[in-house]
Amino acid sequence: MNKVFHSFSEAISDIQDGQTIIVGGFGLCGIPEKSIEALHNRGTKNLTIVSNNCGTDHSGLGQLLVTKQIKKMIASYVGENKIFEQQFLNGELEVELCPQGTLAERIRAGGAGIPGFYTATGVGTPIAEGKETKEFNDKTFLLEEAIVGDFALVKAWKADTLGNLVYRKTARNFNPLAAMAGKITIVEVEEIVEAGELSADEIHTPGIFVQRILLGTDYEKRIERLTVAEA
Amino acid sequence: MVERRLNIVKRAVQEIEDGMNVNLGIGMPTLVANEIPEDFNVLLQSENGLLGIGPYPIKGHEDADLINAGKETITTVSGSSFFDSAESFAMIRGGHIDLAILGGMEVAENGDLANWMIPGKVIKGMGGAMDLVVGAKRVVVIMDHVNKHGESKVKKTCTLPLTGQSVVNRLITDLAVFDFTNEGMVLVEVFPGVTVEEVIEKTEASFTIVPNLMMQ
Repeated sequence: MNKVFHSFSEAISDIQDGQTIIVGGFGLCGIPEKSIEALHNRGTKNLTIVSNNCGTDHSGLGQLLVTKQIKKMIASYVGENKIFEQQFLNGELEVELCPQGTLAERIRAGGAGIPGFYTATGVGTPIAEGKETKEFNDKTFLLEEAIVGDFALVKAWKADTLGNLVYRKTARNFNPLAAMAGKITIVEVEEIVEAGELSADEIHTPGIFVQRILLGTDYEKRIERLTVAEA
Repeated sequence: MVERRLNIVKRAVQEIEDGMNVNLGIGMPTLVANEIPEDFNVLLQSENGLLGIGPYPIKGHEDADLINAGKETITTVSGSSFFDSAESFAMIRGGHIDLAILGGMEVAENGDLANWMIPGKVIKGMGGAMDLVVGAKRVVVIMDHVNKHGESKVKKTCTLPLTGQSVVNRLITDLAVFDFTNEGMVLVEVFPGVTVEEVIEKTEASFTIVPNLMMQ
């Protein structure tokens, strides 16, 4: 099967209104810029987006807020985004806040065929409301459910033509988890090499999790907080 | 930085021992990194997927693919490692982080912590705080003792939604240091120029005083 696509609009063309999309990235670091842009251009509506953050006002997933394409957001931190605030306060946007480690594990579990798991995170907090609990060794744990996406949008550094992926530095973050948890996983990279050119030892995500690969160009890679050492 | 906060940071760094793996929260806790003794081998964890945070980069050498949990550009130290977010929180939840130093909005006398949400104000989210407080081997909270209206942030019970229940091991404020034990909350240190009477007056929580109270 040829996994390499040449057009982002084609690669995302079967994403339907109302579907659940898991999107990699942490802040604006390691986000699938080109796939988000294509989804923005296509105008797919009523999406449930699962991602640690929701971009900034006009960058990353923030672009999908501008066009009101997101119905529900599942995230751990959404603090950098005025449009998000506005739409939430207006009741236009549903939000499920999820502790970051729980979110990561819910996505990992989704990809790993585990429907739920217990965690101590959130016990005794508003996050526990309505959730089943269980005692292990006299300690209380919450039942958290896995997340599976109709699609996952992933950014990696390099791919081979089989979809084996290598990430770069902290741009890895949620991307390997998202890649596992998408029924169809669409990956954009900065370089595509022939199968066999990546060492089997260096591969972070095996290609079995990846259905579509695209080469992205002219990455913006916006920095949210530029901090430098004092000279 | 105001002196009050510098005192908190300088006291907080004493919690860090050579060889520890430490997670520092966003804001004031991040400043603790600058005070770690240079001869210490301490690895700082960033929950987005790095163990071994280094200093901020030299101007022009910043890398958009290398940030900390506060989304600031950083560098790495020798011996650092990158990993995904699930592995990162396996480290945190699994008890592999020796110490977490976090900011606080309110701490209660039973060790409850609230630091993520003010009802009626804009929602931001808890990020990794709820995982850190249940998972780190030791949780130290640093915060001002009173809010801008002069009200105690050290409470009988938290009025804000909790981040975690009975999770704080030690609280460091600009006035004093408290420990949370099976016997309740204990005043263990007061800062120079601060009296025990002042601490009592500015603390809503009930606490006992350690017999050999250290007057710094």
